[in-house]
Amino acid sequence: MSSTTGRSEIDASPSGDLAGSTRRIGDRVFAGLSVGSGAFVVVVIAAVAIFLLVRAVPSLAHNQADFLTSRVWNPGGASPAFGIADLLWVTVISSIVAMVVAVPISIGVALFLTEYVPARLARPFAAAIDLLAAVPSIVYGLWGAYVVLDYLDSVQTWIGDAFGWIPVFSGPGIPNSIFAGSVILSIMILPIVTALSREVFAQTPAAHKEAALALGATRWEVVRTAVLPFGRPGVISASMLGLGRALGETIAVLFIINVVRGDFSWSLFTGGETFASRIARDAGEFDTPEKTGAYIAAGLVLFLLTFAVNAVARVVIERRKAFTE
Amino acid sequence: MKLSRTARLGGLALAGSLALVACGSDNNSSSDSSSTSGAAASGSSSAAALSGSLDGEGSTAQKNAIDEAIATFTQNNPNAKVSYNATGSGAGIKSFNGGQVDWAGSDSALKTDPGDGGAASETDAAKQRCSGNDAWNLPLVAGPISVGYNVQGVDKLVLTPSVIAQIFLGKITTWNDPAIAKLNSGATLPSTKISVFYRSDESGTTENFEKYLAGAAPADFTAKPSKVWAGKTGQGAAKSAGVAQGVKSTDGGVGYVEWSNAKDNKLGVAQVDNGGGAVELSAESAGKAVEAAQPAGQGNDLRLKLDHATKTPGVYPIVLVTYEIVCSKGLAADKTALLKGFLKYVAQADTQKGLADIGYATLPDAVLSKVNTAIDAIS
Amino acid sequence: MSTVASTEPGTRPTPPAGAMIGRISGRRVFVDRLATVLVWAAFVLALVPLVWILWTVFSKGYALLLDAHWWTNSQARISPRREGGGAYHAIVGTILMAAVTALIAVPIAVFTAIYLVEYGRGRFARVVSFMVDILTGIPSIVAALFIYALWITVLGQAREGIAVSFALVLLMLPVVVRSTEEMLKLVPNELREASYALGVPKWKTISRIVLPTAAGGIITGILLGLARIMGETAPLIILAPYTAFINNNLFDGNMAALPTLIFTNFGNNIQPQLDRMWAGALTLILLVLMLNIAGRFVARFSAIRR
Repeated sequence: MSSTTGRSEIDASPSGDLAGSTRRIGDRVFAGLSVGSGAFVVVVIAAVAIFLLVRAVPSLAHNQADFLTSRVWNPGGASPAFGIADLLWVTVISSIVAMVVAVPISIGVALFLTEYVPARLARPFAAAIDLLAAVPSIVYGLWGAYVVLDYLDSVQTWIGDAFGWIPVFSGPGIPNSIFAGSVILSIMILPIVTALSREVFAQTPAAHKEAALALGATRWEVVRTAVLPFGRPGVISASMLGLGRALGETIAVLFIINVVRGDFSWSLFTGGETFASRIARDAGEFDTPEKTGAYIAAGLVLFLLTFAVNAVARVVIERRKAFTE
Repeated sequence: MKLSRTARLGGLALAGSLALVACGSDNNSSSDSSSTSGAAASGSSSAAALSGSLDGEGSTAQKNAIDEAIATFTQNNPNAKVSYNATGSGAGIKSFNGGQVDWAGSDSALKTDPGDGGAASETDAAKQRCSGNDAWNLPLVAGPISVGYNVQGVDKLVLTPSVIAQIFLGKITTWNDPAIAKLNSGATLPSTKISVFYRSDESGTTENFEKYLAGAAPADFTAKPSKVWAGKTGQGAAKSAGVAQGVKSTDGGVGYVEWSNAKDNKLGVAQVDNGGGAVELSAESAGKAVEAAQPAGQGNDLRLKLDHATKTPGVYPIVLVTYEIVCSKGLAADKTALLKGFLKYVAQADTQKGLADIGYATLPDAVLSKVNTAIDAIS
Repeated sequence: MSTVASTEPGTRPTPPAGAMIGRISGRRVFVDRLATVLVWAAFVLALVPLVWILWTVFSKGYALLLDAHWWTNSQARISPRREGGGAYHAIVGTILMAAVTALIAVPIAVFTAIYLVEYGRGRFARVVSFMVDILTGIPSIVAALFIYALWITVLGQAREGIAVSFALVLLMLPVVVRSTEEMLKLVPNELREASYALGVPKWKTISRIVLPTAAGGIITGILLGLARIMGETAPLIILAPYTAFINNNLFDGNMAALPTLIFTNFGNNIQPQLDRMWAGALTLILLVLMLNIAGRFVARFSAIRR
């Protein structure tokens, strides 16, 4: 018999004791708390959204440059002109590269921890990977800036020599590049994606796996036919969570990626600023409401970006009805 | 029930961590008596030790100096708590005007132009914060800005303002460029590419460096001085320490940093020839620049106007003066005594000499006596 | 008669004697072995940065941690350019702010997840879920700016530790809501239905049956959330500036925390500051590690085996 995870059909239409005014106090209180918490979340978001819009709109109205396509950033002064083209590019490309690097490895690790690991070692190994999430982002920033940059620079040079004809890998690089930042970001999001993928893979119904085995599948084929398809929405959701994290990462990017102004370059090996790092960098100089509004407008765009990413993840999940046995 | 066992375990953990909160001490009696301003400590004129708490915020350029001063001052006055948060001049002024801190440290005096969008000028906002009394800009820390470089085989480098501007704007791209070679006839300059480093964050150091370039080499540097670096070449690193590190780790690197950062990172420091001969950066040569500065404020408001284009020999012209912005009147009574005591301590000749050891210039006596007068007048 | 095939994952069923089924083709064996190698390689690759970063922080930071003063003294009256003092003020500050954050965020998050999974139906549930998605996307700096404007500009309060906690609540909420929601959804329906069949009211079903089943995963989610917020520096910089003195009062004055201790000492390449920076990083990692281990301990005791 099949059943849906989540709510049961039974309490969809309460009857008998549960119906009407004879609801128990406990039920009322509990339901009230739950609904109240949900409402709190809504109110908080509404407050944040309203605040951001109220602060951003006046600055946008006075903006002399095209907000979405201009590369100039001069939000202060009598005629402010600011545009986010640079920020958008760097933020998106660094996060995508981070995801491209992290997700395959995360899937591999999650599979390892659920399917391939010797049973006794499962828990300690899983704990080890979760430790990566325990490292705070400022420590990643320190480690990246002081220890890893030289190594990444060598990797960067190698890639540049081998694949320099591709625009993304072109040009002379600087050690404090977008590429270096992306690699550190990928390490930071790896544990998040792994942990959630692992949970999902572990929930693969045994019946599916056994069915595959009964048909003579090798271990990999069991994974390919039973585990991965079942876990795909979960993995996508986990990846999106990781992507969102990478989009908003502030301190590590601030420490690692240097700023580069000048002509636009497709290359990953140059520097740049993400939305978050620019806002954090200039946070001390929010002298006037107008100037602050420009940064808040940039923050809004980042917000929308991450939200879009999450929306895609949700669509993927919803399209597939959860099923279990 | 399993739940109550969880609750018990959780409670145990909570209690344990709360116990940690109970034991801790602020009592750090300094064991090293070799502090450079230690001599001043024993000669401190405050008879009764001061007490209370004081918060300042602002410029990062003077952070090292203020931190040193706070350390020895609070040793002499164990009941006093002084803290300085280096978030940047703009943030400091904003917090001061908002009444969140007791004094601000800023690389430029309070502006008198109205703010963006018709907001009050910084001076007016400060006046409002001080309940209608003027806010004074007191220069207390002078920090030379050095042109730090890292070029293999080059120990001495002489540059003129025009060449400096061209280097930082990317017009001169290699170290063996004829313009640089002309000024350094003795040295062999390599053909390494010049890698420029600048401050990526808004900074008073940037503003003062730009003011210098605009004043001393107006033909080459045409941008309006602001807290944001105007150039398009090179890389921006976070804070002076980031710039210094970038220069240090790149052969051919050059950047503008506070002298203390250049010293800490052991960068080469360029000598500057402003028209009166090459001047090496030292506490004295930088101090002479402050000595020659013109007072631009009235009464006890001691803002200074530095002459960046000075051609006087022996003067190192790229100097940044940080002001302590205080209320002339109107600060809470308990804090006023502490503030005056602290500022006087920083203004002491011995303290200033101690600052020279960590990369700052000593303020000349003429300026210090005016500052002392102003401090006395705070009420 | 054919032998019964073993159903353990990872073992191939042995073909019965005389069966027409041949051996598995070489190509499939190769692909299977390749997959095993790749998966092991992925794990080792993931471990490399972990070991490297832990080794770096440990080797550069352990020296100061061995000094008893590190744990009991603050940085009061110590010039940052010299050695001396400790990190007590920062440790206590971090713990206090994180504890208050968790106290506020966890109940709200868990109840929100309960609402979304157990009660929510119709438009309001979709709106709440939508809002949690939005909350996931707030960068820490924007959350800090919002609290700055709300707490300081509008409400006129001063910059203090509690404001940081509020900002951190905004950052912790979505993490805990989402992971709790996932966990609750994974609880099989049979448990709920069995409970209702026995006449247990809904709230008891949720609190006594559903939550404990999911408890292990929920606690992991809370820990991931705590681990994340303990390292958040941006809200601290804006809302609670660093001070060298001990301050246990969340409602008054500047408060030190480990991330700002690290941040303050960052960049200056002077040995005492570098030492303090790495030692602070190590302390922070140890703190978070302790939380993690404690959490697993609790989870192991309280989870009903699925």
